[in-house]
Amino acid sequence: MAEQAQLLPGTLDLLILKAVSLGPLHGYGVLLRIGQISDSALLIEQGALYPALFRLVRQGLLKADWGTSENNRRAKFYELTTAGRKRLREETEGWNRLATAIASALAAQPEEI
Amino acid sequence: MKMLAYFRSLAQKFFHRSRIDNEMEEELRSHIQHRADDLERSGVSRAEAVRRARIEFGGYERFKEECNEARGGHFLETLWQDVRFGLRVLYKSPGFTVIAVLTLAFGIGANAVVFSVLNAVVLRPLNVPQAQSLYMIERSNDDSLMQSYPDYIDMRDRNRSFKDLALYQITQAGLDTGGNATPAWLYETSGNYFDSLGIQPYLGRFFHHSDERGPNSAPYIVLSYPYWRARFHGDSGVVGRTVQLNKQPYTIVGVAPLSFRGTELYFTPDFWVPIVDQQQVDGASSLDSREASSLWVVGHLKAGVTPAQAIADLNSVAAYLAKTYPKYDEGTKFSLARPGLVGDMLGRPVRAFATGLMLLAGLILLAACANLGSMFAARAADRSKEIALRLALGSSRKHILRQLLTEAVLLSLIGGAVGLLGGVALLRWLVAWKPVPSFPITLPVSPDASVYGFALLMALASGVLFGMVPVRQVLRANPYQIVKAGSAGAQGRRFTARDLLLVIQIAICAVLVTSSLVAVRGLVRSLHSNFGFVPQNVLMVDTDLDMAGYSGDRVAEMQQRMLDALQAIPGVTAVGLVDRPPLALGWNSAAVFRDSTTDLKASNTAAEPMMYNISPGYFHAAGTILRAGRMFSLHDDAHAPRVAVVNQEFVRKVFGPGANPLGAYYKMSDGARIQVVGIVEDGKYKTLTEDPQPAMFFPIRQSPTSATWLLVRSHRDTQQVATAMDHTLRGLDAGLPFTIRTWNRVLDSALFASRMATVSLGVLGGLGAMLAVTGIFGMASYSVSKRLRELGIRIALGAQRKEVLRAALGRALRLLAVGSAAGLLLGVAAARLLSSIVYQATPRDPLVLAGVVLTMLLLGLVATWIPAARALGVDPLILLREE
Repeated sequence: MAEQAQLLPGTLDLLILKAVSLGPLHGYGVLLRIGQISDSALLIEQGALYPALFRLVRQGLLKADWGTSENNRRAKFYELTTAGRKRLREETEGWNRLATAIASALAAQPEEI
Repeated sequence: MKMLAYFRSLAQKFFHRSRIDNEMEEELRSHIQHRADDLERSGVSRAEAVRRARIEFGGYERFKEECNEARGGHFLETLWQDVRFGLRVLYKSPGFTVIAVLTLAFGIGANAVVFSVLNAVVLRPLNVPQAQSLYMIERSNDDSLMQSYPDYIDMRDRNRSFKDLALYQITQAGLDTGGNATPAWLYETSGNYFDSLGIQPYLGRFFHHSDERGPNSAPYIVLSYPYWRARFHGDSGVVGRTVQLNKQPYTIVGVAPLSFRGTELYFTPDFWVPIVDQQQVDGASSLDSREASSLWVVGHLKAGVTPAQAIADLNSVAAYLAKTYPKYDEGTKFSLARPGLVGDMLGRPVRAFATGLMLLAGLILLAACANLGSMFAARAADRSKEIALRLALGSSRKHILRQLLTEAVLLSLIGGAVGLLGGVALLRWLVAWKPVPSFPITLPVSPDASVYGFALLMALASGVLFGMVPVRQVLRANPYQIVKAGSAGAQGRRFTARDLLLVIQIAICAVLVTSSLVAVRGLVRSLHSNFGFVPQNVLMVDTDLDMAGYSGDRVAEMQQRMLDALQAIPGVTAVGLVDRPPLALGWNSAAVFRDSTTDLKASNTAAEPMMYNISPGYFHAAGTILRAGRMFSLHDDAHAPRVAVVNQEFVRKVFGPGANPLGAYYKMSDGARIQVVGIVEDGKYKTLTEDPQPAMFFPIRQSPTSATWLLVRSHRDTQQVATAMDHTLRGLDAGLPFTIRTWNRVLDSALFASRMATVSLGVLGGLGAMLAVTGIFGMASYSVSKRLRELGIRIALGAQRKEVLRAALGRALRLLAVGSAAGLLLGVAAARLLSSIVYQATPRDPLVLAGVVLTMLLLGLVATWIPAARALGVDPLILLREE
């Protein structure tokens, strides 16, 4: 197994929004999708997903509906709302700006100063 | 709207909690099943897959809890959880719960009662439209509300600040609705009274300004609602009926609404009549006289006029009056007073008293809170292990504090509810109470919404207050230390803040106990003191021959017939007549001068004795002892020289100590010379607590009066004699209104103030005792529970019961002794203040001192009983094994 990175605080919400933006998912599906799109590089405690999901629903960024999963089990499926889509866009831009800034800061060489 | 939606979702979440809970469970389970499916596909058995999925999921309960929090609306839920948990905890320690609830019930109940009195006399305005702009006009030069009728007319017509000015006074008259004349209390008012106050009739009509067309021109009666119900059985055909008022025909024109009870708070009149009829109602009219001021003026300010502007305006009227009628109105200044309690005359002391009482009640509640606070702290210490365990298992301090606070507020709400119930019962009784038999006082203290709101607020505030006490303790608790070492380790033995709190509290309680004992003892003494007459076995008839239309010589003749008829009743030993008995409401006095004085001006007055007009048999019937000389006879009439019987204090004041004044003369302010023919013992005349007063008695044939109190002394059963008296008097004149009461009953009004003080102090003393018991109990059980293990070891090592008790309770008892001693000293000091209200209240009474000491001892014994039993009942084996 590849080495896994700890999530930065606050990034789980962003990852969930991203995962759900690719299509409606149930909770376990969100977990799998995050693993898939991050090449299993991120360590997420399974149970910790749910408080985050509930929080996002309460903030009106996600909506949830009961359905049947591919395993033929009852599961609750999450979908992005319009507000969620907007939030994902903003957060992605914010994250990119931050990542670029940190990356360039860390890449600085002595002669550049 | 958003707010509403939020609350709706909260409510939904709250009420559909279990459904949502189930959904959440299902979702989490579904996750685990999905994971298990995946694991199963990789080749493990189903059971193993489920097991692994569970482990991977992590702390199931914790995440569920976090989900709950993330979902929102959990405030109400945790509150509900806390409430249920709190109720369970309280249910498990019934002793603590009962004591706490009782303490709070008394504290909050007392506050609710005092608050509704305050609400009735200070906060709530009179029940008239726009009561805020209603004022009475007071003469600020002599702080009197009394105005004369001509002055009122000038004020009414010349001011520019009031919408209108109305006038009224309270008086008594006989109302006869057909052979059943009874005395009634009424208002005489100006014609514009109802119109200017803005009251609408319940039935019929009111009288108006336009009805006033000179003396006795408006024979109309407006009934008050309660009197209409009581006397006329709520008969709506009463409007237009003619009744006899002091033997004159009057027409009932209307009934006032239930909500309108006149413009004085303490009293609801039976009816209202126009004051232009004063000659018929009071027997004489003083409406023409600018000198006779006895009328009260009230009115609404015009919109936009401030009280200061109104006073300035009124004083320009005063300046006009002073210039035009210097003889009567020189130096007059007007000011405004709040209506309801005879202006500021009664209003100021009553408001001050109610406010003072409120402060005292607040102090009691505060002491109760301090008390409960230390009980709570003691309990928190008792529960320190439970709390430590919860902390160690990951509960947050916030959670635990919230839980403790919920418990406190729960207790205070229950206590508040119980207290309010008791308070409402007491208030109901107060409303129905008739403290002064000869005047229909009603106390308008029915609880209303603001009283309930106040009680709720008090309960919440006190709950938070005493709930906060253990906060520091919980915040500082170190779970590892406590779990490891058992209950908190030995603390320093220094004098803590809690000890100080307890001492202060016990001191306050001892003060209250001292004062109530002093007051009760004073009351008992006052009932056995020498009044200068013997009220036992005397029945009194209270009447006024005015009310039955007697005047001139017919008055004296009728009085003699009544005396003769009553004397003839079997079993009656003496009868007498007086115009107004001593220690009743009000009194008459007059200035007297030495016989040698020629310039009869105010500064030469020798004394201002009380003045009574009596029949020859009065002293005999009253049981007043004649010290020297003679009583009056029927020959002391208008043709004989004027004579008087005086009391011993009169002799000391006017003739000098040790003089023999029999046969000597003194002068009245009109120059009349009066010969002293007899001397009687001193007595009480105005109040029970007065200093010796001079008094003089005149024969009724020389100073006629229509005011008539008949005294009938008999050795037979009062009820039978009263029936016979009623029968006899009705036989003499069926139209004469009168009431028959025992003299002791009449004296109730004189004892009113000291009784009120005794009752309030008794209640406060009871509350104080209660607080002392719970305070000591809390302290003692705290120290026992803290040292239970030490006590166990001592017992195991063979300590005697006495030693165990000393170790367990010595501290509590020492605090009790210190507090009681301080309280006793303070109480002795405070009781001096009491002596102005309570008759012969002296704290240096050995019986009182012994009583206080005994009471506090008993309280201490009661309070330490249970903790002592617990300390003695310690089983060292169980205890040592447990720890």
